[in-house]
Amino acid sequence: MEFRDAWSIARKDLRIELRSRVLTNQIAPFTLLIVVLFGFALDADTQTLRDTGPGLFWVAVLLIALLAIQRAVQIEDADAARERTLLTPVSPSSVFLGKSIALFIQLVALEVLLFFVMLALFNLSVGNPLLICLSALVATIGVATSGTLYGVITAGVGVRETLLPILLLPVLAPIAIGATRAFGDAFDRVDADGWAWLGLLAVFAVVYTVLGMFAYGQLVEDT
Amino acid sequence: MKIKFMAIKETQNNTTSSRITRFLGSCLVLGVPALILFAFVFSPKDDTMEDAVRLLYIHVPVAIFSYIAFGITAIGSIFYLWKRSRWWDTTAHASAEIGVMFCALTLITGSIWGRPTWNTWWEWGDVRLVTTLVMFLMFIGYLALRQVPASPEVRAKRAAIVGIIGTINIPIVNRSVEWWENSTLHQQSSLTDGNLEDLTLFTWFLGTLIIGIAYLWLLIHRFRVGWLATEYEAQGYGVAIEERQAEARAHNTETSGHLEEGEVE
Repeated sequence: MEFRDAWSIARKDLRIELRSRVLTNQIAPFTLLIVVLFGFALDADTQTLRDTGPGLFWVAVLLIALLAIQRAVQIEDADAARERTLLTPVSPSSVFLGKSIALFIQLVALEVLLFFVMLALFNLSVGNPLLICLSALVATIGVATSGTLYGVITAGVGVRETLLPILLLPVLAPIAIGATRAFGDAFDRVDADGWAWLGLLAVFAVVYTVLGMFAYGQLVEDT
Repeated sequence: MKIKFMAIKETQNNTTSSRITRFLGSCLVLGVPALILFAFVFSPKDDTMEDAVRLLYIHVPVAIFSYIAFGITAIGSIFYLWKRSRWWDTTAHASAEIGVMFCALTLITGSIWGRPTWNTWWEWGDVRLVTTLVMFLMFIGYLALRQVPASPEVRAKRAAIVGIIGTINIPIVNRSVEWWENSTLHQQSSLTDGNLEDLTLFTWFLGTLIIGIAYLWLLIHRFRVGWLATEYEAQGYGVAIEERQAEARAHNTETSGHLEEGEVE
């Protein structure tokens, strides 16, 4: 049962996160810090912050995603955990799905926090909550699957911290554009068809889920 | 056949040139000055773009060949994963490096051309500009990954997967940028309009031919350098151990020589 295996892997990653509390003690405060920095950079002008809010939200998500992905790779560095997972009768595609699900759940938790903080500090008003929720979920699937895939490419590499951003961020360009436009529409900030952008985000998510399931096994053998 | 075309002969260890690269190089020695003459002296000014049109004799060919180079990298990556052959991996790497260089030239010449023509160095709303920039950044990442120390097989496999993903991503980036601003400042291809004057058309074809030859010439040389680098990497430890052993032997002989001299004294 592939999905049950994937869920076991996801639970393992989430349990490690719950016990180590890196997400709550380090990455979540970093999220708040980014919002404050945006405020400083844009000169405390609420109108500018409101207009650029959707874009700032996704820039912040991509930055915290980098930290979360590094963390997801790092927890398997110790005690050759990645190799040991390979020895279990779980297929590599299930491991990929499991790790993506864990990353997805963590990112969604951080996004909820970021969303409400930005809503309050930037004085944003939501026009279309359904579009916000759906586009955030679909875009996060894309970030989580591509992040898990690129995470394993850079696993076991000495320069992982610097290599991951230059490999991953250009690939995430469609997410940065698509999710920003969908949010812009949902916040009534831009004249765009948010639902069409949701379609593009869905294509990205499907492509990276399929690619990841095929490529993960090939890559994980070499880490 | 592949090896005959690209690989270096045993007797030519100190060079990456061969008859075919010398021929291509000679074509460039003659062709580049000819292109400069045609672009700057013989071909006429454009009615609207004026002298800026002369940049297009380089800009368009390098743009075309940067896309071809990344295409070859993708094909090389697919074939590497299929055949596991070092030949394809080295081809993919060599082509990506030239592609990045051509892509940088495309962005730079395009930007310089855009200033007098569009009155801006950069236009965020233009699909081709933004897609090319993202593609450039993706392949910079690909080259960075290739520099990471790892065994040749691991590095080749990782790079092949990143090369393929990068190429799959290009249409998605293109589509997202197209929807984003839904505009382009780039004109429709003047070639298909049939509006180009004979000399302009000829210079453009000459530019494409010269850049094509330059791509092939660079590809073969870079392939051979890459091939030698992997060879050296594979034999490196053996060679280093032999060198150190030879040093030690020489040192021992020297020391025992001194002792013998000492004994005599």
